[in-house]
Amino acid sequence: MTLKISNVTKRFGNFTAVDNLSLEIPEGQIFGFLGANGAGKTTTFRMILGLLDITEGSIDWDGEKINYSNSDAIGYLPEERGLYPKLTVKDQIVYLGRLRGMQKNEIIGELKGWLEKFRVPDYLDKKIEELSKGNQQKIQFISAVIHRPKLLILDEPFSGLDPVNVEMLKQAVVDLKSQGTSIVFSSHRMEHVEELCEYLCIMQHGSPVVHGSLKEIKRAFGKKNLFIHADFDLTFLQDIPGVVHYKATTEGCELQINEEAVSQEVLNALHDRGFVRRFALEEPSLNDIFIEKAGASYE
Amino acid sequence: MNKFWIVLSHTYMTRFKTKSFLITNIIALLVIVGLANITSIIEMFDSEENREVAVLDETGEIFSPLKESVENTASDVTLKQYGGTADEAKEAVEEEDYEAFLSISYDGQNLPQASYYANQIASSELSNTLEQQLQQIKVAMATNNAGIDQSQLEEIYQPVAFEAVALQESAKTEEELSEARGLVYIILFLLYISVITYGNMIAMDIANEKTSRVMEILISSASPVSQMFAKILGIALLGLTQVGLFIVVGYIVLQQKQSEMTGGVFDYFGLSGVTASTFIYAIVFFVLGYLLYATLAAMLGSLVSRIEDVQQLMMPMIFLVMIAFFIAMFGLNVPESSFVTVTSYIPFFTPMLMFLRVGMLDIPTWEVALSIVIMLASIGLLAALGARVYRGGVLMYGKASSLKDFKKALQLSKKS
Repeated sequence: MTLKISNVTKRFGNFTAVDNLSLEIPEGQIFGFLGANGAGKTTTFRMILGLLDITEGSIDWDGEKINYSNSDAIGYLPEERGLYPKLTVKDQIVYLGRLRGMQKNEIIGELKGWLEKFRVPDYLDKKIEELSKGNQQKIQFISAVIHRPKLLILDEPFSGLDPVNVEMLKQAVVDLKSQGTSIVFSSHRMEHVEELCEYLCIMQHGSPVVHGSLKEIKRAFGKKNLFIHADFDLTFLQDIPGVVHYKATTEGCELQINEEAVSQEVLNALHDRGFVRRFALEEPSLNDIFIEKAGASYE
Repeated sequence: MNKFWIVLSHTYMTRFKTKSFLITNIIALLVIVGLANITSIIEMFDSEENREVAVLDETGEIFSPLKESVENTASDVTLKQYGGTADEAKEAVEEEDYEAFLSISYDGQNLPQASYYANQIASSELSNTLEQQLQQIKVAMATNNAGIDQSQLEEIYQPVAFEAVALQESAKTEEELSEARGLVYIILFLLYISVITYGNMIAMDIANEKTSRVMEILISSASPVSQMFAKILGIALLGLTQVGLFIVVGYIVLQQKQSEMTGGVFDYFGLSGVTASTFIYAIVFFVLGYLLYATLAAMLGSLVSRIEDVQQLMMPMIFLVMIAFFIAMFGLNVPESSFVTVTSYIPFFTPMLMFLRVGMLDIPTWEVALSIVIMLASIGLLAALGARVYRGGVLMYGKASSLKDFKKALQLSKKS
């Protein structure tokens, strides 16, 4: 049950939205699909789902094209949330579930379980328009997973949720993964991606600029972060060779260095200057990587 | 195809369960019952006022024949001989003791003349009745004076015998024609109203799914083409339910009121003489017309991204229906004009105009068959186009809704 995207290109007229993209997402993996706004994420998702035709290349799932014959095995949480405002939660999920090939009784059973899990068991007969935005999102999430999809596409699943709800949904995503669901997910919140995804890619202008496992990406990035808190002026540190970026903070500064060894030179330079309260060498965050790789086009 | 039925039943049930659907139907049923009882209702209002007219007859001869003929034609009017003077009578009218005052005298030639006094002369119904009856008395008197007796007079007023006979054997007789005209009227109105009402419902339904953004999930689970047709048929079934309900209730009410329902309008619309083939054509053209316009409505509905834009985008479609309707209204009097003949082949006009021609004229079968084929082809074409626009349109969210969007939607759904 592997999702395989091979040399996919999508053009709208003269505009190339996705440019020669190749990815492979094996069963039971959570794949982070990152990129600035307009980098081609949603277009790629729509191509995976068969909503948009591919200009060049092919997308296979389990060796087959995705179309309406196998769409029952796919779950989709679109970036633009959408539910019928006038329908009750039950009617809503029953309709969407039946469209994914489930029986009514089966759907109601599953739905009750999910509502229980999301701690909103009394929402069964409430209309969508009566729910808060965050709770609507939970229902939207349920609509994407009610039929136990083998492939789940989540476009910005956590936006607009409070931290408690984010944890709840994250746990649900992890549970689905352990049941063998392949999950592709996009987010602008790098900490979520770091927490959930082993593999990811960062898109820019329709093609991936970074692609691989989280660990490898971090290692390959090379640069590290150095956090220094001190009582004296630290601006002289930016002249040390190997310091790529200097940023003053309220208690000191934050340096980006191009290799580990530079940290020792910085340490030597600080010697005898005064009292240093903190000196910490850290791995680059995904945020740093994203800003550098996709920063040029990021608003 | 299973998903087709799911969408269809969902479309039907959600609409069926809404309060507005219930309320509309109750109102419509009340109107039907009201119309069926219209005679009793009118009588109920009219029985309250029995209008009295004071008559001052200087001649002494005219009052009794006038009273008799007026009270025969208008049962709610009573004439009373007035004893006082003309001024007193006018005062009595002002005080509303009488509805009006009529003063009758002889003119120079010994023929009756009259003056009519009422507080208001805006409503001319009463004065007209009086005038007409007096006119008859005057004619009778004048002819009598001239030495013409009653039987001669009747001969003069006898209408000329004039019969229109169609030489072509299969052409409609006059009676058939007037009945066919009745049926054509009914179908024209039905088609006009249902296309606008149900077409609007379809467009609104789709636009609703689009604006609430639920569409993207829907089209990732079921194909847009089957969704579109499931919607069209779902709404059609809803319409059938509604019309069926009206017909059943109407029939029951009519059964009870049958005795009152003879004559007048009901003779005109009498359908007893309409041939079975005309009925079949009525159904065929109605169904095809609905499908054609519903497909167009579905396509238009999929183009909008805000519910407010639906009306604007539906305008061209409503214009089409209206144009067809007006040509048909014009065509009812001149069904054989070449303008009607030519326009009856334009698919959007066919359901009304070709049916009108079939109902009113004797036209060769191939002409009807050709128009049906053209309609079927255009429904197919529109469905294919609609499905593509639908697929692209539902992913498209812009401000404007114009021809440009139409192109964009096609482009979005373009095969590589």
